[in-house]
Amino acid sequence: MTVISSVKDPVALTLIVVSQFNATPEQVWDVWEDPRKLERWWGPPTFPATFVRHEFVADGQCRYYMTGPNGEQPHGWWRIRTLEKPRRIEFDNGLAGDDGEPMPDLDPMPSSVSFEPVDGGTLMTSVANFTSVEQMETLIGMGMKEGTEQAVGQIDDLLLALH
Amino acid sequence: MVVDELTDRDVDLIFRALADRTRRNIFERVLVRGLSVSTLADDYTMSFAAVQKHVGVLERASLVTKQRQGREQIVRGNMPRLQRVSALLDVYERIWIQRDQRIAEILGETRSST
Repeated sequence: MTVISSVKDPVALTLIVVSQFNATPEQVWDVWEDPRKLERWWGPPTFPATFVRHEFVADGQCRYYMTGPNGEQPHGWWRIRTLEKPRRIEFDNGLAGDDGEPMPDLDPMPSSVSFEPVDGGTLMTSVANFTSVEQMETLIGMGMKEGTEQAVGQIDDLLLALH
Repeated sequence: MVVDELTDRDVDLIFRALADRTRRNIFERVLVRGLSVSTLADDYTMSFAAVQKHVGVLERASLVTKQRQGREQIVRGNMPRLQRVSALLDVYERIWIQRDQRIAEILGETRSST
């Protein structure tokens, strides 16, 4: 896997990460479509995700929770807006309450991912478009910070290669 | 916080993050000192309304504040806010790159091969 580019726009509150995988678009699509594979990468190792609902169709609903090292279980949800297999997924990504259902007073984050075949693999472009700084604080703080700090050195190396 | 306290590298990183050239330029100028919208508009070929729109985008992102001074609206840069947003985007960037690394492992690639 190679990180091709990472663009952060603090005005638009947008992050765009492009990575290249040594696999076909169908194979990369599969790690999104197969909930058991999705569970192995969506949450950090210390906060593995469990998808209890995974309707991978247009207008489909997904529900998941993550389990933290102290037994905490933050819940999240997706609503699939568009699916173009195996090229593009558009979905809303939000936080849920303890009942697993969307929190009414927190807007979801519009997100998309696209898969483009290239020589020797697939480019996967992930776009996250936050709607407010308050939303960023809440979504990013979803109990995941510990997990993200684990491989910081390794990621710094990857980013260093970019700049 | 004043802009002098930041190293050139810090400023470079922050400005690189500001995607639109005109907004970046406006933001850079109002970090140094407060400027009225009309003073800002004098230096661009685009219309006053277009400059005002760019200032509005920066204002909605809380990257600048506007303050009435007599008949003028003075625009000032909000550096602490920019630093907070940049820090949050840094964290989310790490979250995504780690996800991509785990996807690569599932696809049978060796860890973080470049």
